[in-house]
Amino acid sequence: MSNLKEKILSSFLAFENEKDIDSYVHSIRSKAIKKFESEGFPTKKLEGWKYTSLKRTLKYDYKLFPSQKDIIDFKDIQDYLINDIESYKIVFVNGKYYSNLSETTHEGMDICILSSALTQSKYDLVIENYFDKISKKDGITSLNTAFSHEGAYIHIPKNIQVDKPIQILHFSTGENESLMFQPRNLIVVDENSQVEIIERYQSITNNNVLVNSVSEIYVNKKSNVKHYKIQNDKKSSSLIDNTFVSQEHSSSYNLHTFSFGGDLTRNNLNIFQNDQRIESTINGITIIDDEQHVDHNTLIHHKEPNCTSHQDYKGIYGGRSVGVFNGRVLVEKEAQKTNAFQANNNVLISDKASINTKPQLEIFADDVRCSHGCTIGQLDNNALFYLRSRGIPEKEATALMMFGFANKVLTSVQNQEIKSMINKIIASKLAVKIGFDL
Amino acid sequence: MLEIKNIHARIDDKTILNGINLSINPGEVHAIMGPNGSGKSTLASVITGKEDYEITKGEILFEKESLEDVSPEERAHKGIFMSFQYPIEIPGVTTTNFLKTAINETRKARGEKEMGAKEMLMMLREKSKMLEIDSKFLSRSINDGFSGGEKKRNEIFQMAMLNPKLAILDETDSGLDIDAMKIVANGVNKIRDNHNAILVITHYQRLLEYIVPDYVHILFDGKVVKSGDKNLALKLEKEGYDWIKEEVKNK
Repeated sequence: MSNLKEKILSSFLAFENEKDIDSYVHSIRSKAIKKFESEGFPTKKLEGWKYTSLKRTLKYDYKLFPSQKDIIDFKDIQDYLINDIESYKIVFVNGKYYSNLSETTHEGMDICILSSALTQSKYDLVIENYFDKISKKDGITSLNTAFSHEGAYIHIPKNIQVDKPIQILHFSTGENESLMFQPRNLIVVDENSQVEIIERYQSITNNNVLVNSVSEIYVNKKSNVKHYKIQNDKKSSSLIDNTFVSQEHSSSYNLHTFSFGGDLTRNNLNIFQNDQRIESTINGITIIDDEQHVDHNTLIHHKEPNCTSHQDYKGIYGGRSVGVFNGRVLVEKEAQKTNAFQANNNVLISDKASINTKPQLEIFADDVRCSHGCTIGQLDNNALFYLRSRGIPEKEATALMMFGFANKVLTSVQNQEIKSMINKIIASKLAVKIGFDL
Repeated sequence: MLEIKNIHARIDDKTILNGINLSINPGEVHAIMGPNGSGKSTLASVITGKEDYEITKGEILFEKESLEDVSPEERAHKGIFMSFQYPIEIPGVTTTNFLKTAINETRKARGEKEMGAKEMLMMLREKSKMLEIDSKFLSRSINDGFSGGEKKRNEIFQMAMLNPKLAILDETDSGLDIDAMKIVANGVNKIRDNHNAILVITHYQRLLEYIVPDYVHILFDGKVVKSGDKNLALKLEKEGYDWIKEEVKNK
């Protein structure tokens, strides 16, 4: 593990030399690499990483800056896109922007890439106001910050309803090398605007890939962001997703995280409610098997009165897979009339699978409604028999029940194309040929 | 159609069925009555293949083929159906989706073509109307939040959709008021013909006024201790089970 750290530290100078030393982000990056140097990768000694070890992920000799730029075609990636609807697309291949397959815009809003925003002066104001302002200063986020250079840059000015969803897609290719990426997304939605974002990291080969992404999302006054994370990568890939959301008065942020693929997936999700009348909804469906590991580490920070938060995470664990849910809800003394709900329901379909679930409510206000519940169970044998007695084979009946279990979260997805894509992924994940939608 | 030969069955270490013999032909309606704990529901579960029960002796033939090692779903594909005493709630799976899957999996197993969407819709409409089921129930989760009567009607609705050869009604009348029972019985009678058979399990004679049995069997201590025609049910209704227990003891 320390070898990888050394390698990363020693490559920093070369990385920075390519960039503009005078730029605003230079000092941010320099501070961040020092932070990473002192903190390193998180270990199980840290409370927040108690159930998730990066050991197996960090053992590979990752290449940090893949030089080769593979040519890929639409047909290579079409399965990972939502194609039935018009959308903006920001496509990256091996960490580099891939314009051929992208569809960006500067008309009335900026849906483009961070590397231009960091280097062109017309973006300075936004960068100085928003870049690296809410991201945590821990080792893993600092690692990303130190190498932050490329990713999606989305700025929606006020009073705009973005006409179509935005797909942020990071692909990795290559043959034999293990690859590590530090994608960085900055999303700023100004007053009274609306946007829908679909985010996906996908390997299209079988070499080992580690993505350590950071997204900063600013949901300003009265704005509305719907966000979908589709985590269905190859089992040779791992993802550490660090997402920071800052919300202002009367804004709404709604996230669905679908975790089906990947070897190790860690979601560090932090939502900061900075004003009143804010709504935050975070939902998740996790369906994993074999040796897969998915860890949801969430924080909702209620700072002001009259806000709500709603989280509903459902997980189905087979094989020897491991699930972790650590949901922290922090209600400050000022945050009276907070309404916070948290549910984490899990089904273990194998004796060898396990789930560690830990709700963590810290409430300093006295007039609040906060509830939480977590359950761990197995599929109901009587229900299984009921379905089978109607002619549905065991495998399909099991799939139908698992789908039913997860369905409560799925029904909250309003975008039909996303819903049908997720339905298909679930059906293929459960290896059945039955349709779930009707 | 169904031949039950000297069936013994147990769950865990408890023997429940002690040598049952029963023969059902197409077009017939059989009723099984008996006091609590006599093994009625176990018999239904054993015919439908619930794996919690172990058959220690005897055999069950359906259309001359043994049901040994035949899974519940394969039995359904052969045409065996049970209306559950306690229908199961399955949140998140709509009745429509469930029936679509059940019908098409059955067709697939029989080597038939899947049912088209339009045909399915027509059939759903027709059968739900027959059982006076509001169409909005079809898009709700299976039995989720249904009243006892709604659940039982939903069972017979499923039966109508799946059109089985042998339908076992396990205490379908329990929890039904008289109007709901008439609807259910009416539904069952409409499905009846010369090719299918019905096995009614009940505590009470009441349902048998509407679904008139050709044979009535009394189950006691895991055995059929008496068989007769519909008058046997009437006698039970009047006199209870004590005289049966007495007869068994004297044997």
